[in-house]
Amino acid sequence: MLIRCPWCGERDLSEFYYGGDATLKRPAEDADLKAWHDYVYLRDNPKGPHKELWQHSAGCREFLVVTRDTLTHAISDVRPVKGI
Amino acid sequence: MSRYSVASLLRHSLRGHRGWARAWRDPEPKKHYDVVIIGGGGHGLASAYYLARLHGIRNVAVVEKGWLGGGNTGRNTTIVRSNYLIEPNAHFYEHSLKLWEGLSQELNYNVMFSQRGVLNLAHSDAQMDAAARRGNAMRLNGIDAELLTAEDVERMVPHLDFSGHARFPIHGGLLQPRGGTARHDAVAWGFARAASALGVDLIQNCEVTGIRRQANRVLGVETERGFIGCGRLGMAVAGNSGHVAAMAGLRLPIESHVLQAFVTEGLKPLIDTVVTYGAGHFYISQSDKGGLVLGGDIDGYNSYAQKGNMPLIEHCLAAGMQVFPCLSRLRILRHWGGVMDMSMDGSPIIGKTPLDNFYINGGWCYGGFKATPGSGWVFAHTIAHDRPHALNAAFTLDRFERGLAIDERGGGPTPNVH
Ligand SMILES: Cc1cc2nc3c(=O)[nH]c(=O)nc-3n(C[C@H](O)[C@H](O)[C@H](O)COP(=O)(O)OP(=O)(O)OC[C@H]3O[C@@H](n4cnc5c(N)ncnc54)[C@H](O)[C@@H]3O)c2cc1C
Ligand SMILES: [Zn+2]
Repeated sequence: MLIRCPWCGERDLSEFYYGGDATLKRPAEDADLKAWHDYVYLRDNPKGPHKELWQHSAGCREFLVVTRDTLTHAISDVRPVKGI
Repeated sequence: MSRYSVASLLRHSLRGHRGWARAWRDPEPKKHYDVVIIGGGGHGLASAYYLARLHGIRNVAVVEKGWLGGGNTGRNTTIVRSNYLIEPNAHFYEHSLKLWEGLSQELNYNVMFSQRGVLNLAHSDAQMDAAARRGNAMRLNGIDAELLTAEDVERMVPHLDFSGHARFPIHGGLLQPRGGTARHDAVAWGFARAASALGVDLIQNCEVTGIRRQANRVLGVETERGFIGCGRLGMAVAGNSGHVAAMAGLRLPIESHVLQAFVTEGLKPLIDTVVTYGAGHFYISQSDKGGLVLGGDIDGYNSYAQKGNMPLIEHCLAAGMQVFPCLSRLRILRHWGGVMDMSMDGSPIIGKTPLDNFYINGGWCYGGFKATPGSGWVFAHTIAHDRPHALNAAFTLDRFERGLAIDERGGGPTPNVH
């Protein structure tokens, strides 16, 4: 698997650190327990396109939002996390 | 079902092995069953078997999208053990291990359970302390455990790196003598044959594509072969747990990840036990055909693909060479991947769901093969009585809300580190 970092170009998977589902929204500090439970523990875990966080940890160290199909591993979109 | 025995083997060999009957029936699905189980892996088949055998519920179907045992049951490295530290895990896996010990007799099918021992290596004083602690916890729970010195380990597995140059020298290890391996396919086939003989319908090539609900009850499943109604519905679909639960409108504390495994070319006997490396994640045993069966970490990103990537292969084989330098010239013959249902605390979920008559069996991470008989046993009990058995009472779906996670590793809610 190769990920095309917007800054460094196409790089091998081994240069990246996986950060999981990028669509989770952190609840407000005073949100109820259920909102926090859902945020910390529950996942959509889709079979198909998945928006996920990757850090180019052995490169520019930027966090990226990658859209990748979990069934085929094909990557359709990569963009920096800043501005999303 | 005609029994398998030495006499039947002799009788059939005289007839050139042309007269063997098929091991299980291949029925058309009925309109309605008392219980439908989604997933014809070891867990689903064992659940159906124990429902029929122990709870008198025989109007049961197992609905499988591919072929029986074609999922993780047929893809795993077959290590069976009960060397757990935390209470609920220790009791549950020990119960499962006891079932393994009588399983070939129980099913009249040779599952080739081989109690060759499972040896966890320790590479520092701190790891020796942790091994002693785990071993003592196991013994207090009535589980066999032996703390080995470096000399003991060298006598037992001489091909490990005892050269004195190892980056992580071996200080000793923790041995569970009753652990071992089993023939993965045989477990699925044995449960299938025994369940079918008790009246369970095994329906293959029949993917469940939807779950029909009315208010808080499940009415049945939509499948490739039409609607099948049921009184109670259980799911045992391993890596597909999130996908199938979503059909019932549930979100789970589970992520699907890919785990790879490897088999080398065949060798003369080299390793007569199961060895796990303590300074990296690597485990190895030798199959009866002579191939070394080995594996390590999951790839670490969400995946439903039954294939992984190269970095993990290099990582896993590098760890293997650190403990067994003699592996360096071997060729890998086969390698594959399976989809793991990684839970948020590394422990399984076996129990009720927010729906009245829908039950979940999942979150097995990469340790569910050893659980196969125990998992079916407690899941059958849970479905039959509409409440968990004491052995699975802690493995609830709502334990995360209640602050009762069962985190053997202490890794927190990050599925890719368990
Ligand atoms: C590479 C690898 C190594 C492993 N090593 C070990 C080990 O050494 N020791 C150990 O204890 N465990 C190990 N495991 C884990 C173990 O294999 C699993 O936890 C266990 O086999 C799960 O059994 P199961 O019956 O729940 O799942 P499976 O055998 O995967 O069965 C689930 C079935 O559900 C079916 N299914 C899915 N979706 C649907 C649907 N919509 N409709 C109908 N059917 C459906 C699938 O086709 C599949 O056959 C390993 C796993 C892998 C992949
Ligand atoms: Zn970069």
